[in-house]
Amino acid sequence: MSDMNSIYRQVIMDHYKNPRNKGLKEEEGYVLCHLKNPSCGDMINVESKIQNGLVSDIRQDGQGCSICCASASIISETLKGKSVKDALNIIDNYLKMVSNEEYDKSIDLDELAVFEGIKDFPARVRCASIAAQALRKTLEKEEKNA
Amino acid sequence: MNYKQYFPVFQNRKDMVYLDSAASSLKPKKVSDAITDYYNFYSGNIERGVYPISFEATAIVEKVREKIALFINASKEEVIFTRGCTDSLNTVALSLKENLKKGDEIITTELEHHSSFLPWLKASEEKGAVIKFIPLTEEGKITVDNFKKVLSDKTKIVAISHVSNVMGYLTPVKEIIALSHIKGAIVSVDGAQAAPHMKIDVKDLDADFYSFSFHKMCGPTGLGVLYGKKELLNSMEPVELGGEMNDEVSKDNVTYKNIPYKFEAGTMPIAEIFGAGAAIDFLNEVGFGYIEKRDKELSGYAKKLLRSIPEIVIYNDYEESPIIAFNIKGIHSHDAVSFYSENNVCLRAGLHCAEPLHKWLNITASLRASFYFYNDESDVEKFIFVTKKAIAFFKEVGYLE
Repeated sequence: MSDMNSIYRQVIMDHYKNPRNKGLKEEEGYVLCHLKNPSCGDMINVESKIQNGLVSDIRQDGQGCSICCASASIISETLKGKSVKDALNIIDNYLKMVSNEEYDKSIDLDELAVFEGIKDFPARVRCASIAAQALRKTLEKEEKNA
Repeated sequence: MNYKQYFPVFQNRKDMVYLDSAASSLKPKKVSDAITDYYNFYSGNIERGVYPISFEATAIVEKVREKIALFINASKEEVIFTRGCTDSLNTVALSLKENLKKGDEIITTELEHHSSFLPWLKASEEKGAVIKFIPLTEEGKITVDNFKKVLSDKTKIVAISHVSNVMGYLTPVKEIIALSHIKGAIVSVDGAQAAPHMKIDVKDLDADFYSFSFHKMCGPTGLGVLYGKKELLNSMEPVELGGEMNDEVSKDNVTYKNIPYKFEAGTMPIAEIFGAGAAIDFLNEVGFGYIEKRDKELSGYAKKLLRSIPEIVIYNDYEESPIIAFNIKGIHSHDAVSFYSENNVCLRAGLHCAEPLHKWLNITASLRASFYFYNDESDVEKFIFVTKKAIAFFKEVGYLE
């Protein structure tokens, strides 16, 4: 049996209780994406700002379960400062990891690795994915505009 | 009476506590047998073929229609097979919207399942009609007095659920229908949560339309019923066009068959109709007296035990409905439901296709435990045990203070 302790880890609880980069800037230079999980009511907003090919800032807010909110917080912290290309690559591999698909283990997912246990909880994959998907959308939008 | 023995799923999952019958009930062997009987012994199409497997299957399908008519006190031609309650409710809205004019009013409620509300929202947008919501009481109930506040000479449609799928409240539909008829309005009742739990008498209610799904009442998925009053169905245009629903087709004209066939285009889910017949027989054997009694006993027992847990908030702690809407205070329902799931207790978490109600309750999501007659006291006790275990777990990991 999968173990609940493998998903409700201290790092996740810490980010849920003390979310990083919380609150939207709604300023020029920021691109926003709003995503929702209509069945469970999770709702996430992610904003990103790109300067000189780097993700210079990520902001997030929304409401949802601990996995959803903590993943938004950890993503914002982990990917800030990365190049757009690296950030998209990490997102891609992170999403594969939580979905229990093959992914490139040589890529450093940093704190996002705490979500590895999600693969054993198919009903929670969407919770762990929604913020990453939102950020991916903002970055792809920016890439197109660039 | 141990009814679990009739449900094969428990043979493979002995320890499963299934408290999500409001989403879909479990299915007894009788029903799955009836479904496979169709495939094994008939397998041909109905209404068309002139050979034994066809006309024998047709006879069984028509017998099931009769059974359903008797079950809800309708006449045979008023029973239309659909692909589910959602389809039934959409059919009513899609066909009747053509009669709507700008400024006409449609009455509905924030308690509705999306499938009762959304077809009319779209119809109102298309036709310039206005949606009016019956103000809910503090407890979230629909009352006749509050219905009168929105009923007017402009009311053309009332789309309302018989029992709320989140709160479990029983709507006073009979009174609402009577008042609506005085104004000449047509009432479409969403019976998805009512038909599995109580004797439905469409004549006594005087409902214009009554919709329900079989998968919530021990029957197959993919099959529902739309009951409609004969004179209304006769006057309505079919929504779907295709085979077997027409009488005569030429290059520039079509005439339709009589009801109910006018509304049954294409090949019907024949195997599921076989299964529905078995489901009706099964429910008749169990009896609604027993079902109502067990609904009340089980949810009453669960509520009593839940009340003694300070971390629990119940949103519908007012009556003996088979549905309990609740949360563990401070724990998002999706986190909680994973814990229940890991401990073999099946609950629903989220919005239950009733987002306006959650906005009304001012919560982002809820847990729902729903009972049916095959549940027993040990299910309730395991549910409570796991609830306490969940609270202890979420405290331990620092989620709860």
